[in-house]
Amino acid sequence: MAKSIKIDTERCKGCMLCVNVCPKKVLKLTDKVNKKGHRYVVAEDAGKCTGCRLCVTMCPDCSIEVTEEE
Amino acid sequence: MRQLSSKPRSMKDVPTHYCPGCGHGLIHRLVCEVVDELGVREETIAVAPVGCAVLAYDYWDFDTLEAAHGRTPAVATGIKRVQPGKLVFTYQGDGDLAAIGTAEIIHAGNRGENISVVFVNNGVYGMTGGQMAPTTLLGQMTATTPRTRRPKEEGFPMKITEMMATLSGVAYLERTAVSSPRGVMATKKAILRSFRTQLEGKGFSMVEVLSPCPTYWGMDPVRAMERIEKEVVKQYPVGVIKE
Amino acid sequence: MKKVRYLSTGNEACGEGAVRAGCLFYGGYPITPQNELTAYMAKRMNEEGRVFIQSESELSAINMVFGASAAGYRAMTTSSSPGISLKQEGISYMAGCELPGVIVNVMRGGPGLGNIAPSQSDYFQATKGGGHGDYRIIVLAPSTVQEMFDFTYEAFALADKYRNPVMVLADGMLGQMMEPVEFDEDIKPSGMVKKPWAMTGAKGRPAQSVKSLFLADGMLEELNIRLQKKFRLIEKNEIRYENYQTKDADIVFVAYGTIGRMARACVDDLRDKGIKAGLMRPVTLWPFPYDEIKRLAKGGTKFFVTEMSAGQMVEDVRLAVQDDERIYFYGRMGGGIPTPEEINASLEEQVLEKVREGK
Repeated sequence: MAKSIKIDTERCKGCMLCVNVCPKKVLKLTDKVNKKGHRYVVAEDAGKCTGCRLCVTMCPDCSIEVTEEE
Repeated sequence: MRQLSSKPRSMKDVPTHYCPGCGHGLIHRLVCEVVDELGVREETIAVAPVGCAVLAYDYWDFDTLEAAHGRTPAVATGIKRVQPGKLVFTYQGDGDLAAIGTAEIIHAGNRGENISVVFVNNGVYGMTGGQMAPTTLLGQMTATTPRTRRPKEEGFPMKITEMMATLSGVAYLERTAVSSPRGVMATKKAILRSFRTQLEGKGFSMVEVLSPCPTYWGMDPVRAMERIEKEVVKQYPVGVIKE
Repeated sequence: MKKVRYLSTGNEACGEGAVRAGCLFYGGYPITPQNELTAYMAKRMNEEGRVFIQSESELSAINMVFGASAAGYRAMTTSSSPGISLKQEGISYMAGCELPGVIVNVMRGGPGLGNIAPSQSDYFQATKGGGHGDYRIIVLAPSTVQEMFDFTYEAFALADKYRNPVMVLADGMLGQMMEPVEFDEDIKPSGMVKKPWAMTGAKGRPAQSVKSLFLADGMLEELNIRLQKKFRLIEKNEIRYENYQTKDADIVFVAYGTIGRMARACVDDLRDKGIKAGLMRPVTLWPFPYDEIKRLAKGGTKFFVTEMSAGQMVEDVRLAVQDDERIYFYGRMGGGIPTPEEINASLEEQVLEKVREGK
């Protein structure tokens, strides 16, 4: 089952707690900046996501959504 | 498509004013998850502190009352005593609970008030610009300890949760940290246990959560979490303190 | 209707008034000269199955009242002068959050630790602020044990009516003295109102909050404008006073509380001597009966203000009359209690010659 991971880039504050905890190095901080002025994180290597949801656990801003294709 | 992650129903779907990597975002979410799991949103009344979390009522979709600085446990006492069937909890920082509110928290515990307390310990006063808190570590630089905290001049970091353990009216005390996924899960478990303690009428309970303040610790969020794991827990060890 | 009538201290009559008004929560801390009130509440609230807490401080007590009131229940705290100073923060918060509640101050000598004798030196604190911010509280001034019961009983209805704190301002003498108190045997709480704003849990309605922090631009000003409208309404509707022999009076006493009752004796003594004296006894100290004093001031009436203080209410009388030449004052400070003879002697010394000469 393919996992899908999406970041709400406008909510993300670029704290990197998710990047730090991801065992598959799926997430990365970009050089882009959102409307609030934060650099935000994207799922660069989304294919590697196993759906462990450690990122969701550590995100202080409820910015990460992980779904699974049925 | 199956959702593997979800925002708690009790958490309002709005961006927060908290700094990047602040522990409040995490702890607010955990409180909401617990309220949802217990199915008590409609019976919950939260008492918000003065501190960075003063705006908690903007984020929680249950009744929230704003208390004067430090008076939070007294206000919670008033609410709970007249409505014993509701879930009443306070959410306080280290200034609110261990400085200006020292008398109120100790006596609420001593009376065994059947309330829950979520005590966020981040070792500084965030909202007002990073001043020393009772929980600031020795050697820590803050806005009011430019020479870092020295025992002779500024005293020692206070372990108020351990102090509260001496009170017979206190049923359950635990210290956790949100510095790792394991810590976040343990924090949620402890908050759940505290709320259950209240719902079962067992008396006063408190969860002290070691939380980062990247802004006033002068470090990025990842390093701030590391500081908790390496330094803060030496002074404030995690675990059950009373049960 | 069958009546209950018994001999009571002012303190205990005050407590009974609260119980009969449906006060569900009481928080208090011991302080002389109102300890009998706290002890009485401990007894009666437990008898009625209601909540009594001896709090760790006066500061904590007002905040417990804040919480109980926010939950929608009638709540009261009592103290004396130094303890009331501690409560000012909580009172400001209650006013800002528009929470009802009753605070009783059984005044003693000050400033500082002072003494335990009666005094009226908290008038400014009660009527002009005390706590921070633009707010007012309704202040009722009993002068008999019966009024200690009546005014405390009514205070809860007033507080609920306007969603505002109400203070009953008494003094140590009134608290300690014994007189008959009487009320209907089956008296029920009056002025009960629905409180949809209360912290009862978000069942069947959206979640709400009770707060006084309004950071967004203009929001706090809006709250203050709304509060001021409320205070104007209270000024229009709730002013109370009692006139005694003022119709043809050349000189009118203005006095409240214990001194208010003493001034009656002063009036009687002077009338016996052929002096046309009268008494205007303010019952609400806020809102203050400025218009009534203005009305009495027509025709050149003189005013003799007497208080157990350095002179606090006299400033409001001056404000009303706008003619300092006609206003006289006699006061005792630091717990000193005057006698009617003493008050009249001062009046004689300051005023009488002028009154006799028709000045």
